This record gives sequence, structure tokens and C-alpha cells, in this order.
Amino acid sequence: MLKELKILKHHGKQYISDLRRQKISPLFRGRPVISESISEEEIRSAAAVCPVRAVDKSSGSIDLGKCVFCKECAFLLPGKIEFTNDYHIASNDRNSLIIKPGDHNLIKLDEKKVRQEVRDLFKGALKLRQVSAGGDNSCEMELAASGNVNFDMGRYGIEFVASPRHADGVVITGPISENMSRALEITYDAIPEPRIIILAGTDAISGGIFAGSTALDRSFLEKHHIDLYVPGNPAHPLTFINGIMDLLGIKK
Amino acid sequence: MKNNQEYFIIKNNSSSADLEDIPVMDYVSFREKIISALNEENKHCISYYSVPSEDYLRLICCIADDSDKSIEIFSCKSGKDIKLIESAASLSPQVHIFEREIHENTGIVFTGHPWLKPVRFSHSRADKSKTVDGYPFYSIHSEELHEVGVGPVHAGVIEPGHFRFICNGEKVHHLEIQLGYQHRGVEELFLSKQDALQWCILSESIAGDTSVGHSLAHSQLIESLSGMEVSEGLQIERCIALELERVAVHIGDTAALCGDVAYQLGQVVCEALRTVVINTTQLWCGNRFGKGLIRPGGSNYPLNEEIAQAIYDTAGIVEERFGEIADCIYSTPSVLARFDEIGIVTKKQAHAIGTVGPSARTCGIERDIRRSHPFQYFRNYIVDPVILESGDILARGMLRSLEVQGSIKIIRDLLKIWSESKRNEEKPVYNYRLKPDSFSLALVEGWRGEICHSAMTDKNGKISHYKVKDPSFHNWMALALAVRNQEISDFPVCNKSFNLSYCGHDL
Repeated sequence: MLKELKILKHHGKQYISDLRRQKISPLFRGRPVISESISEEEIRSAAAVCPVRAVDKSSGSIDLGKCVFCKECAFLLPGKIEFTNDYHIASNDRNSLIIKPGDHNLIKLDEKKVRQEVRDLFKGALKLRQVSAGGDNSCEMELAASGNVNFDMGRYGIEFVASPRHADGVVITGPISENMSRALEITYDAIPEPRIIILAGTDAISGGIFAGSTALDRSFLEKHHIDLYVPGNPAHPLTFINGIMDLLGIKK
Repeated sequence: MKNNQEYFIIKNNSSSADLEDIPVMDYVSFREKIISALNEENKHCISYYSVPSEDYLRLICCIADDSDKSIEIFSCKSGKDIKLIESAASLSPQVHIFEREIHENTGIVFTGHPWLKPVRFSHSRADKSKTVDGYPFYSIHSEELHEVGVGPVHAGVIEPGHFRFICNGEKVHHLEIQLGYQHRGVEELFLSKQDALQWCILSESIAGDTSVGHSLAHSQLIESLSGMEVSEGLQIERCIALELERVAVHIGDTAALCGDVAYQLGQVVCEALRTVVINTTQLWCGNRFGKGLIRPGGSNYPLNEEIAQAIYDTAGIVEERFGEIADCIYSTPSVLARFDEIGIVTKKQAHAIGTVGPSARTCGIERDIRRSHPFQYFRNYIVDPVILESGDILARGMLRSLEVQGSIKIIRDLLKIWSESKRNEEKPVYNYRLKPDSFSLALVEGWRGEICHSAMTDKNGKISHYKVKDPSFHNWMALALAVRNQEISDFPVCNKSFNLSYCGHDL
């Protein structure tokens, strides 16, 4: 008993009290900033180095739905492209994940696109079923960590549940392998309406490095409305939780 | 490196071989060679696969000799029209999974194979009429028995796979594990991409929980195929990153084991400690899983004094706090009752199926690539592998806590050597040229066990074949054996005690 008490004392207080403003490592690769003065040639070289065509070769914008956050474009063009450690990069609007040169604005949710019923019903409690469809287990581990003693999203009534019957939505990770596509559809169908879909991680949003692989079947995404995109490789727990808080309209 | 008529010998983390030097034999001698080599206790199969070609079929087998740091490579060529060959698995069970894979990819039937079933329903499989929904499960017709199917979607936030149990009441007679749901076409993408950076990103995503292990294996392979040398300082940094990954996952696994037996204190304390470790990796390279840290030829995130100090401090925190909670976990009767003598894999079984990593080391088998086929700075720094004998959940749990201690010592020692070593701070190299018509392989001891990447180049120095083997490829069978004659309620904790990779297996 005394041993346990000593351990508890050393364990101390672990939870992050303010998930909105938690400090994170300066090197964390979050929202990029692209200089307005980036030249056409520099854009071409950044697009050429990008392993996933996230850098648009004509406009120079970076699409965070495709980006694997390897930062190689920033290593190539220091001063022109920078990855800030801003982890508030989730949105319900696919287009707002595209960062243009000169863009310093924070990534925001499009309030008009949030379905009212989602806020009315799930603001107090949101139960989610996670489906990994070719995920590499880093995103899955980060989602599991979102509920751990540090991030504790359970404080807002947000948690993962075992059965889709108990869930209000699905969180998809991975590029959606062909072999998992049917199981994903079945799981989604088992969730009672209204229900939401969240794509966590770059692989889920665009296929990431796996985009174009013949072993994928991403047709599920064409059939359904996506409520939240959570970029990252993997999506950081802070990105995920803040994204959901924004979606549900939880201020703090 | 020496040549021999029967096989070509290569060392881990060394230069490549000319394709011509790999001996080619007929299938009968090839099969005999596999069986006779694997009869020796100190040898095990690290990779065995088919290389497709327009005119013929080539099989390549790589067998590691753990006693003298060598790896034997030999091959077999046969006409495309051959459809039946005799299985070696009936006499050397550990090649069972490799033969299944070759069968799935080429359609060749291994006669006498005890279990010639699909492995992952890869997109490029020979028989497209076989689909992931039509797996041929073993079944026993009996009024006393019932079957339990679990998955592919599991209760927790984990990857998909299907488990089919045949039970008598609560007792499991047989478990069959069907995988393949995670198949993304990794090996095909290595061929279609032909871009150095894309390969790096791909290797980090083979199994995201082993990003450092797999990306290190890839970089090692590329460095040996291109003849690139890296500085001692960088080798030390890579070893530190690999050990940090091991510490983080072993602690996370301990949390999961505690969670499954409702020992909450162990779970929450270990979860919090894992966070400390992966946040240290994030401090170093901006990613909690070490993505971006390992690159061929150099590093974008060279270690500096400040980060070295942070790693040193983390080692101290982990040593103290993980030490005290591990003491507590492994002296709590309610925990021990769920771990002790549950889910046993015997040494004989472990040898037969060729299991690797912690799953072998908990069955009394010394199999640790850091020691037997050292790579990077482990060629200069001798690792003493932890070996336990009992093969049960308790051993797999205890091994983790002993390996955490071991890795902390390694990290501290390496940090000290690093601080005195000459540092070049080399940048990553992406414009390398691979030697034409060559073969090489790279072995890394990841936290799950040995990772093997091997590749061949064509006459223009392009990669013509790329093979990835995650340790899980061997070890899933160990889980299936471990749960025999156990209560089905012990399955989850048994499963956690192995924590195998689905995506690493499915590729």
C-alpha cells in the first residue's frame, strides 16, 4: 500500500489542463507558413522534392490533406517555407487545409458547414467508433492516447466505444485498403443516425504516401459527407481533440 | 565475405553482393539445403521469397547463422511452367509462412505443405478468385465444440484482423488468425516510386509504431547498395533513436497488459511514462514516433547537447519511475495470477516456428540481431540480450521491463560515447546511385524483433525487387500456439503480451 502511494505521489498530476493552449516542442511540424516572396523557381523545386505532391507546382500552396510533414521543402528553402508548431490544423472544410503563400491565418472550421444536429446532439457527449483501414498504427496509437491520462478527452464526454451501435460516428485512419473497404462500410452502416465521419491522419484524408496504390479502395469517401479532417502523420492528439472541440462548439 | 559453391555469405550492415555471385541450384538441392541448414539450432530463416521474372521463377532464401554473424544466401531458378514443388515446411516448419506467401503470389503449389492458405490477399495475388471474405478456416465438426469469430474490427482502437477460435466451453482448442485487411501494396510501391525520399516515407509507414526500426533497415539497405558510409556519431544517434523506440513501446505494452487485467495503477503510470519518452523523441525530431529522424547518409535532426541532455534526463525519470511501478506490477498477486503460466510457448515450438525477437527470447532462445548480426554502432558496443525461459505472459511482461532497463543503460553509455565522438553532422543523401545487378539485405532488431529489408537492382541500378519482412510475419503463429488450451478470456492479455503488427505483416 505504501509503495502504491509513493508511486501515485511520483505520478503526480498528469493531465493537461488547457488543451487549447498546451505548449508543444518547437520542432513539432504543424501549420506551414510560405513566404509571399517565394519565386516560381523555388516553388518548382519544392514541388519536385515533395514526396506526395502536396506542394502545388504553379501556386506554391501546400495541401495539409496530402502533406506527410516530412519538412523536406522547408529544409530545401529555409526562410521561404517554414513549419510552425501550431497543431490547430483540423477543419471541416477540405479547402481550408490548403495553405497559400503569404497565408498567416489560423486554420478554422467553417461554421456554416457544421450540421446543427451534430452540435445539438453531441456537444455533451460524443461516442466514436474507430476503424483502421490500412492505418500504420501510429494514428491509432495517437487516437488511443487522446483518451489517456495526459490528454483525457473524456473530460468533454468524448470517447471511443467498442460497438458501432453505441457510437455517434466513425473515425477512419489509414488510406482505406481494398481488403478493409467492406468492413468499413458495414461498421458505418451499423452506426445509428445522425452520425459523423472523421478522417484522422494524412493517409485517411488523401491516401498519403499510399495514394494511387492499386491495393486501395477509397470509394467509401465519395459516397459520404466528411464532417472533420484531422491532418498529421500521424494526427497529434492535440490536433484531434481541438478539432472535435471546434466541431462540437466546445469553447474550453 | 566469402564465396562458396552452395551459398553466398554476406554480413549484416556491410556491402552488397553481385547478383551473379548468388549460387543458383535446382529446386531439389535448394530444398535440401534449406532443410539441412535449418536443422542446426543456431540457424533460422530470415527471409525467403520469389522474384518474378518474365521467363523463369527465382526463389531466394536467406538463412542467418546466429553463431558467426553470417547470412547465407542461395537461390533456385525454375521454368515458369512449374506448378508443383515439394514443400520444405513439412520438415522445417519455420518456412511455412514463406511458402504460403510464395504460393499466394505465384500460384505454385507446395505439395505436402500442412497449411497452404492465403497470407494477406495481396492485390497482386495469383488467384484473384480468393478474397478476404472467403478465407478457408479450419473447422472441426462436433456437437461439443463451438466457434468464436472476432474481427476484423476489434473492440479497441487497434488495427484489423480476424481471429477464429474453436472452443470447448471456455477452453480454446485452436485459434486461426486471418490477416490481410491492412494490405496497402507496400512492396509494389517501392518499385513504382523509384524516388529516394518517397522510399523513406514509405519505410516509416510500413509499421508506424516501428518507424525508426523500419526506416533504419531501409537506410541501411540503401547505404550498402550504394556504398555510402556514415560517421560513427550518426551510427550512435541511430542506435539511441532505436532504443528510445524500444523503451517507449515496451512501457506502452506494459500499460496495456495492466489495463487488460484491470490493474489501473500500472496502466496509468505506464501510459504517462510512455508519453514522457515519445515526447522526448518529439523534442528531438518533431514527431512522437520518430518519423523523419532516419534518412540515408545523414540526418535532418543531428543530435545536439541540449537534446542529448533531455534524453539523458528522460532515461533517469524512466529508470526510477518505471522501476518502481514494474516492481509493484510483478509483485501484485492479482496481476501475477493472470500472467503466470498463461499463454505458454515452449522452446521446442519457438524453434520450430522460427519465432524472433522478445517472443523467442522469452522461450530461452538467444536471438537478438543487435548481438548476433550487429549493425550500426552495435558493432562496437556489445549488447547482452535478456533471455527468459518460461515462455508465458509473465516472461513476456518481465522481458519488457528488463529490456527497458537494458536500453536505458545502452542509451546512457551511447550518449557518453557520442559526446566524445567526432561528429560530421552529415545531411541526408537522396541523389545516390545504386550499384547495378546487386543484392543486399539489412537486419535491424526492432522492439518486436528482427526486421529484414532486402532488395535487388537491375542493370541500370534501379530497384527491381524489394522485400520487407516484419518480425510479426514469424510471430503471429506464436500467438496462435500460445492460446491453445487456455481460457478464451485470456486471449486479450495474451494478444497484448505479443503486440504484433497487422500492417507490418500485411504490407
